[in-house]
Amino acid sequence: MKLKRFQYLSLRYPSFIAFVFFILALLVNLYFQKSLLEPGTINNNMRVFLPLILLTTGEAVVILTGGIDISVGAIVSIVSALLATQVGLNGTPDKVATWFVVALLVGIIAGCINGFFVAYLRLPPFITTYATSFLYGGFALFILPQPGGGIPASVANVYRAINPLGLHWAFYVIPLLLLIWFLIRQTRYGRYLFAVGGKPQAAYETAVPVDLVIFSTYVVSGFMAAVTGICIVLLTGTGNPSIGDPMTLQAITAVVIGGTAMSGGVGGIAGPIMGAITLGVIKNIISFANVDTWWQTFVNAIIIVAALAAPGVISLFRRNRP
Amino acid sequence: MKKITISPPVAAVLLAVVLFVFSGFLPNSFGTDMSAAAGQAVNIIRLSVFLGIIAAGQTLVIISGSEGIDLSAGAVVTLSATLTWTIVHGRNEMVLPALVAVMLVGAVIGFINGSGIIFLKISPFVMTLSMSGVITGIIIITNHGNSQGMLAPIMTSIIARPVIFGIPGAIIIWVFFAALMWLILERTPFGKRLFAIGVNRTTAKLSGVDVTWMVLSTYALAGALAAFGGFMVVGNTGVVFLSLGTPFLFPSIAAVAVGGTLLSGGKGSYFGSMAGALVLILITSLLTTMQMSDSIRQMVLGATLLVLISIYGRQKGFRQ
Repeated sequence: MKLKRFQYLSLRYPSFIAFVFFILALLVNLYFQKSLLEPGTINNNMRVFLPLILLTTGEAVVILTGGIDISVGAIVSIVSALLATQVGLNGTPDKVATWFVVALLVGIIAGCINGFFVAYLRLPPFITTYATSFLYGGFALFILPQPGGGIPASVANVYRAINPLGLHWAFYVIPLLLLIWFLIRQTRYGRYLFAVGGKPQAAYETAVPVDLVIFSTYVVSGFMAAVTGICIVLLTGTGNPSIGDPMTLQAITAVVIGGTAMSGGVGGIAGPIMGAITLGVIKNIISFANVDTWWQTFVNAIIIVAALAAPGVISLFRRNRP
Repeated sequence: MKKITISPPVAAVLLAVVLFVFSGFLPNSFGTDMSAAAGQAVNIIRLSVFLGIIAAGQTLVIISGSEGIDLSAGAVVTLSATLTWTIVHGRNEMVLPALVAVMLVGAVIGFINGSGIIFLKISPFVMTLSMSGVITGIIIITNHGNSQGMLAPIMTSIIARPVIFGIPGAIIIWVFFAALMWLILERTPFGKRLFAIGVNRTTAKLSGVDVTWMVLSTYALAGALAAFGGFMVVGNTGVVFLSLGTPFLFPSIAAVAVGGTLLSGGKGSYFGSMAGALVLILITSLLTTMQMSDSIRQMVLGATLLVLISIYGRQKGFRQ
């Protein structure tokens, strides 16, 4: 049976729907904010969006293999607390570099803990990472009980004020992420990711090291969360032990809007990145469209529901057509 | 060697007892004073009622399988508490209509959740999560952050105060509630079908179960039960605020998991969730009594949860 065109597109390119939304959101944003396409605005936007984009890519890899990581926000918080207390506002560049490395290591260790429990003890990922999110979130609060501290303004300005060749760092980071993902997909490991996400039992029976692959996705997600933490400290310049809390669910939403199936096996990085940008653009739209303050939460939620429901609605109509 | 098996609900109850006895040895605790110990026990159970009732809907949804989960429960609790608060407005005769109204609203929300999941094929996690955002948005729009209302005296006297033998009404309500849940799960066709779709939706469908209707009614029932939880919560606290339900959301899922209900669906019991709620409340109150700081408390709670699910939450390996 020949697949219908829409179904074919959405199966072959999971990020297809994400792309449509992305363009749609951009157009609406452009309508409300005429200056959207000016280089300054683009750079400003990308500066704010980049942390969520980074977090989303890590989460996308976990969800691709059929897992979920709801501790990523807490890891972001740990990194924020760690950098703000250990580097300080007068830290030397050496110190900054050292603690950036430490922060990345912390992210990897946190990811290893998640991966150990999920992959090797075979615990359900949802409840496991929920438990570790308490562990990590508590640790962040332990290091830094109240928002405060920070990193030297000169370091933060590298992220906030410098745009190499007139483009913000995000324009170099995102292609780099896509390139890495493209290369990974060519490797055996890349195929393993999809195999494990599609049908773990079948993957196991064809000698895919399922446990190791699942373990690795949580390490990737922990690492990306740490990178996000560094990025967000650079953006804000200060530390906040609960800055990551709302980011977890945003990242998951972005991954799903980006066309990744929560059951695993379908997806990639490009869709979720567009999903993350779309979420940011939606926030922009709401603030530029002069939505009444009381209505903002509702409008934001309704747009997200619409974005999630659209593929289902389309296929519902397609199915019912004679 | 014969493996010693112990069912998770029993294990959770045992753990609760051990924790309770342990809490007696702490300084400024009840020690060997039996009547004080009984008072403390009643108090702990009373606190667990609210989490326990909110975990009931969660139990149903999780048993229904296919990654079933209800992340809108927290928002539904807040909505139903706010609605109860405004509808009752200090009048005793409005309590029953308010209860019916909030449970209907909860059921409608659950029905929408179920429709999105079954017709639009949105994953339950994401569907209920975004629904929670929509509900919070609606609460903000309708009451602009402060709602006018008041509890009826009869609600406070039934839910928060002792009714007979010094036992608070909330506990008695919980006992009847638990009996009802047991009947629904174990003694009705609905319960049988619920477990059936939880194990395998395809086989359930081929065996004549109307899967679509089952999913819709399960989510609707879960919404109504969460709304009932909100009604109970506001009866106890007597105040409403926007984040009233949020602290119940994830513990309600944890309570289900600690009670031995499989998160993949098809196996579980409400007694397990009750025991799970008890354990979680006990750990929290234990840590509060020990005057731990908030950060340590969170870490210990997380670690305990990890240990608990490591003991009996393990899934089958691929070799089996």
